[in-house]
Amino acid sequence: MPGATRLSGKDLLGLKNLTEDEIMLILRSAARMKARIDDTGKRSPELSGKSVVTLFYENSTRTKMSFMMAGKYLGASATDLGVATSSVNKGERLAETGINLDQMGVNMMIIRHQTTGAPHLLARNVRASVVNAGDGANEHPTQALLDLMTIYERLGGFDGLKVAILGDISHSRVARSNAFGLIRLGAKVTLAGPATLVSGSFRALGADVTTNILEAVEGSDVVMGLRIQLERDKAPNFPNLREYSSLFGVNARILKHAKKGALVMHPGPVNRGVELSADVIDGSQSVIYQQVKNGVAVRMALLKLLLSEEGD
Amino acid sequence: MASILIKGGRVIDPANYIDGGRDLLIRDGIVGEVGENLSEDGADRVVDASGLIVVPGLIDLHVHFRQPGHEHKETIETGSRAAAMGGYTTVCAMPNTNPAVDNEVVVEYVKLMAARAGLCNVLPIGAATAGQKGERLSDIGSMARAGIVAVSEDGKSVAGSALLKTAMKYASQFGLPMFSHCEDADLAGSGQMNAGARAALLGLNGIPNDSEEVIVARDIILANATGCRLHVCHISTEGAVWQLRSAKSRQYAVTGEAAPHHFTLTDEDVPGDYDANFKMNPPLRSAADRAAVIRGLADGTIDCIATDHAPHHYDEKNVEFANAPNGVVGLETAFALAYTGLALTNALSPLTLIEKMSLNPARILGINRGALSRGLPADVSIFDTREEYAIDPALFASKARNTPFAGRRVRGRLKYTILGGKVVVDNGVIRD
Ligand SMILES: [Zn+2]
Repeated sequence: MPGATRLSGKDLLGLKNLTEDEIMLILRSAARMKARIDDTGKRSPELSGKSVVTLFYENSTRTKMSFMMAGKYLGASATDLGVATSSVNKGERLAETGINLDQMGVNMMIIRHQTTGAPHLLARNVRASVVNAGDGANEHPTQALLDLMTIYERLGGFDGLKVAILGDISHSRVARSNAFGLIRLGAKVTLAGPATLVSGSFRALGADVTTNILEAVEGSDVVMGLRIQLERDKAPNFPNLREYSSLFGVNARILKHAKKGALVMHPGPVNRGVELSADVIDGSQSVIYQQVKNGVAVRMALLKLLLSEEGD
Repeated sequence: MASILIKGGRVIDPANYIDGGRDLLIRDGIVGEVGENLSEDGADRVVDASGLIVVPGLIDLHVHFRQPGHEHKETIETGSRAAAMGGYTTVCAMPNTNPAVDNEVVVEYVKLMAARAGLCNVLPIGAATAGQKGERLSDIGSMARAGIVAVSEDGKSVAGSALLKTAMKYASQFGLPMFSHCEDADLAGSGQMNAGARAALLGLNGIPNDSEEVIVARDIILANATGCRLHVCHISTEGAVWQLRSAKSRQYAVTGEAAPHHFTLTDEDVPGDYDANFKMNPPLRSAADRAAVIRGLADGTIDCIATDHAPHHYDEKNVEFANAPNGVVGLETAFALAYTGLALTNALSPLTLIEKMSLNPARILGINRGALSRGLPADVSIFDTREEYAIDPALFASKARNTPFAGRRVRGRLKYTILGGKVVVDNGVIRD
């Protein structure tokens, strides 16, 4: 398949503005990277001399590790700017932090931040590439890319796929990035959850929106659960976890309404028995625990595409 | 003081139903005569206004001049310069400074700084509650004696309805109107832009229309109950326009204002790079809300245009959208935006436009300005509406540059501002 060989921008801020070609470029590159992860002989220092810094204003050991391993496998130097212990803790503004890192010759800044648009702010203020590792309720593009990679591996394509994303849509950057990517690739996405956690405004993403879980799951190829929290912004959005799981959780009975062999996914960490019942999480359709390697592969692909002079 | 003859311009003066070619003679700081072919004899200065429009000096009911306390954003002097460069001769300064304008000492300070700058009449507005903390009344009576023109908690609403009602009752005793910023903080929650499709696309929490409308309704009810005049600030939603229209149909003593950004932009204009120059409170609303605001201006529901000039330092806006302060500057772009967006589109006649920007604000304040009537202080602004230009924040006289209108093409460039007969902006250049 012909298509893009480079990403158009210096940054990866979200899937919202990526073209189909760009997403497929990343997924194909990630597939080649995956083969290299197990084969230590094929790990090559193609990004040696490049420096990558992670800035995690919100903790996520798993995502941060995944980025750092990806950098190391490609020979880049990966450093974590211990945000909790550095000057940013003393009130240094993000723009200033970025400008300082830029002056030190950092090639890529990987940022996770609790507010929407923080990676965009950083990207505007620095020459280095910026990768969004999750911002507020906006996007988590690398998580979505690894989800897309898993779907691609299992189902072989996206065109006409029916994907149900269930749970706290309003606060989920994973749901949003997945929706942007899947819809761009030709899948049909239904977002479902209690009315307090999924508003009709999300139709603006090009997705269907419903409060009926069964309707969303019916005939779907992929069922994706999202982590829910009882309290957001100090206000409860549903009465309690028991009521949530009985009305909006996915169990084996509900999963039967999906297509035979439909994939069960969850970005983790999963509340067992709440979003998904234990038998669904551990069942044969679940790919939840098989996505971690794809996370490293996708991040290697991104690093290479954004940092290497040759492109891919 | 010398006499000035403004010759050959198109005078737009809604108080006297004039829209046509007239000369205007200013003598000793007051309006002498408006008529055709006035003689140049004896005039100390003749200003050639041919091709230009000549209007009563603009009056803004809603500016933030940040002094005392936030002088890095704006001072009364730089704010006055911005006002003069926008064609404004009178502005009302909101009390959310540090310290807040909640006693007569701060009122006197604001008046003193304004007099020193001498470029614009700056009328102070007093806070409704001490320190704008929403706990107890501010010194409303003493501030009335010192010269405040209204009471306002702007920046937020008085959350407690009983306290607000007391403040209204007390303020009305001194003939002061309540200028209400209408926002239910609980409903607005952690919202950062208008709730709707654009917020969903950008992943920002939404501020729903109802957060504005429930407080508009409450304040109308309480104002009517207390006999206090109510002025609703920066109306941004269709529902708020309805509330105001309904109150007016019942002859309630309510008025309202709309800001240029709300009748010019919508939430669809909030850019994908999260530029905080598009963050203000109330936020840019939907296209339907914008249309309702324009209809409200056209049918008289909304009485005036006020800028909500809210300067912030570049560093304060160059942060995460959620952490950026609300507000945009407005004094130096208001007329051009209103003229281009409302008059040139025939939403408002030029006469009505000037009414909304000068005469009606004067009436709400109960001051004898906003008209080119013989004997009034000669506050006059002269604009060139012929040539289109791009808004360039680098040229602002304000200390701040936080505008969402950089590069926007408009018509209505200020040429002269005359304050009480003194030319403070002369052919586009400020004179101090
Ligand atoms: Zn306000």
